[in-house]
Parts: sequence; structure tokens; C-alpha cells
Amino acid sequence: MADDPYTTLGVARDADADAIRKAYRTLARKHHPDLNPGDKAAEERFKAVSAANDLLSDKDKRARYDRGEIDETGQERHQPRGPGPGEQGRQRRYRDYAESDAGRRYGAAGAGAGAAGWGEEDLGDIFGEFFRHGGGAASGPARGRDETYALDVAFVDTIAGATRRLTLPDGRTLDVRIPPGIEDGTTLRLRGRGGAGREGGPDGDALIEIRVLPHALFRRVGRDVHLDLPVTLKEAVLGSKVPVPTPSGTVSLSVPPDSDTGRQLRLRGKGVAAHGGHPAGDLYVTLRLHVGAVDDSLRDFLRGWTPPAGVDPRADLEGAA
Amino acid sequence: MITIETLCVEVRGLARDDVERWIERSWVRPHGGSGRYEFGDIDVARVRLILELREELRVNEEALPVVLSLLDQLYEERRRLRRVRDLLDQAGPEQRAALLRLIEDARE
Repeated sequence: MADDPYTTLGVARDADADAIRKAYRTLARKHHPDLNPGDKAAEERFKAVSAANDLLSDKDKRARYDRGEIDETGQERHQPRGPGPGEQGRQRRYRDYAESDAGRRYGAAGAGAGAAGWGEEDLGDIFGEFFRHGGGAASGPARGRDETYALDVAFVDTIAGATRRLTLPDGRTLDVRIPPGIEDGTTLRLRGRGGAGREGGPDGDALIEIRVLPHALFRRVGRDVHLDLPVTLKEAVLGSKVPVPTPSGTVSLSVPPDSDTGRQLRLRGKGVAAHGGHPAGDLYVTLRLHVGAVDDSLRDFLRGWTPPAGVDPRADLEGAA
Repeated sequence: MITIETLCVEVRGLARDDVERWIERSWVRPHGGSGRYEFGDIDVARVRLILELREELRVNEEALPVVLSLLDQLYEERRRLRRVRDLLDQAGPEQRAALLRLIEDARE
């Protein structure tokens, strides 16, 4: 730690402030202790780099160091050494907490979600397996371990159902049948597709955790699918046939005359496919009035037009405000 | 446990807006809901880390979720590893020796 700060940062003695900042950042990124949790020496290197930067990025301190008035820790020469700038106030770092149980709040699976991959039980399973193999009799039949995988499924695949191929880390592939209507977070169990059994023992299972990717247009509510459909003023007032995307392709929908924004139309059977005794769900289309580009003829018409008396779209807001 | 006000005083250079945005993005997950957040030691350390990544290491907020996600995965693996280590510590010498034999076997 008592190295020359120029050497520590790897810069020339006449380096300008920019070069020093750049060198510091490069080294700090590399040695930041929280980015190198297993590496005890990283903290020392990071402190040295920070201390060197503290000294060289401060014009006065740097000048005093260059004149030999202070040493590389920022202390007056010939004075008993106290704690240097890199040593004082040992603050506990993120890594000091993150590896303890407290760190589970910041699990990789995100807030609130159960961790994908293996949980405590799986760990117990695996070690159970280890020790069953290892506990004295290192041979004998044993069931293969269960393996857990995560599979991202496109929204439309959860509507019609699908078969998806999962490539495992060891190169094997698994064909996973996605039943229609599967919910996000469901775990599918493929019997006998996990770890190989030992000496005639049965193979373990593959546990597939399904993550349903959200769709830009469609939302699922139970077995029904919802969609917001923009319509023009003309289509809403006069009625029209408009193309509507559904999970199974585009269909033509009749918008009745005198429709208003928020009106819900139902396309029967266009929701989750019939499956396992459940009838097919429906697609609910909610009209959203889209005014869009306006030309002079519409403007002129509206200026000369008096809405029917007694129509107040904000009538419901009165008492509520 | 400290409040968001105390946190912003304790961590130099920290703006309340930043913390609230980080909470919204789930980068920081204090106890309690909006308006009555309580930050534990790990949350404070994490706030310091995010601030340090952004200010000192110039990781911008667009890249931060990538960095945090990788870090979270790294620490999750390390927690699991620690748990494995603890379990091994609890196991008897015979079982450890058996495990060692298994590892030796696997290397061949």
C-alpha cells in the first residue's frame, strides 16, 4: 500500500487530471471489492487505487507530494503514521452482507419472486443423494436427482398450447409440451427426464419452471384474453368491419354503429383453446376511440355542429371530486 | 433500520429522487411501503454500491440493471455455495471423505 501513487495508477508523473481519472476508473472497475467477492486481495488493491486517486486528483496534495512534503498516504513526512486515507473508517461493504442470509432479499430472480433454479429443498435433495452414495456404501442403486430448468414461453403459446424444445446445459434436448392456459410460474414435471439413476435406480425428474413472457397487445384473465382496439371516429359512429389481431391470427370484427370508447365486444372461442374439459375462452375487444389526424372539413363540421342537449361525458365526475 | 431521510443524510451525495427511482425499479428493496421505508444494513450498503458504481465507476443507469443482475446472480451462487459448505461442515468425517472420493472419481 505504501507504493508510489503514480506507479499504483500506472500513470506518468506529468499525467494530466483526465489521464489520472481514466486510469483510476479502469483500475477501480477491475478491483472493486463488491465485484470481486471471493477475492480478499481485491479490497487491498481497491484501497490502494482509491488512496492514490485521492492524492493525485487533489491539486494541492499532488503538488505537496511531488515536492516531497507528504508521503503516499497523505501524511506529513517524518510524522508518526496514523491511518491513511484508504484505511480509515472501515465501512462494511455490500459483499459483507450479500453472502449472508440477508442477501436473499436481492436474489437473482427479482423482487418477491421465488428463486428460479434450485431451492433449499433441492439442495437437501442433492446432498441427500451425495451422502446416500457416500455414506459408507459407495455403490448400490439410487434414484437420479431432479433437475430444475426455467423455460420462457411466448404468450401465444399459452393460448393455443405448443411444444417447445429445451436444450439442456449438457447438450441433451427436452421436448416440453405447453398445455393451453398454463399460468406464469407453473412448474411442469417430466418424469424420468432428470439426472440418470445409479446402478439401475430410476432416473430423476426434470422440473420445468414456466415463465410466460408478456405480450404487447394481449392480456390474459383466466381463460379469456383482452385486447384494446383503436378505432377511428368514423368507424365508431358509422360502424365498420375492422381487422382484429387474435392469438390465432387476424379476423374481421363488426364494430356496430354508435359505438363509444370503452365498449367491449366479444369474439367467442378466441381465448385460451379448449383443453382438459375446459371450454375455449373468449377474446374481449375493448374499443378505444382514436381521433388521429384532423382535417379542415372535420373542423368545419364540428364548428357548425351542436351536440344533442343533455350530453355531458363528465357528469359522473361531479359528485366524486 | 433507518428511514429514507436518515439514509440521504448518512450517504453523502445521495439524492432522495435517486433512491425512490431505484426502489421503483427494484434495485433497492427496503422493508415497508412507500412513505415508510425502512433500510437495513444491507440496503444501505447496496445504495452505497449503486451510487459508487454510478459516480465512481461511471456505470450509467442504463447499464446498471445488467451489472446488478449479474452481481445478484453471483451472490446467489455464493450464498448457495456457502450453504453447501455449511452442510459439509455438519457432515461427519466419513461423509466428507466419501464426497472427496466422489470428486476424485469425477476428475478421472
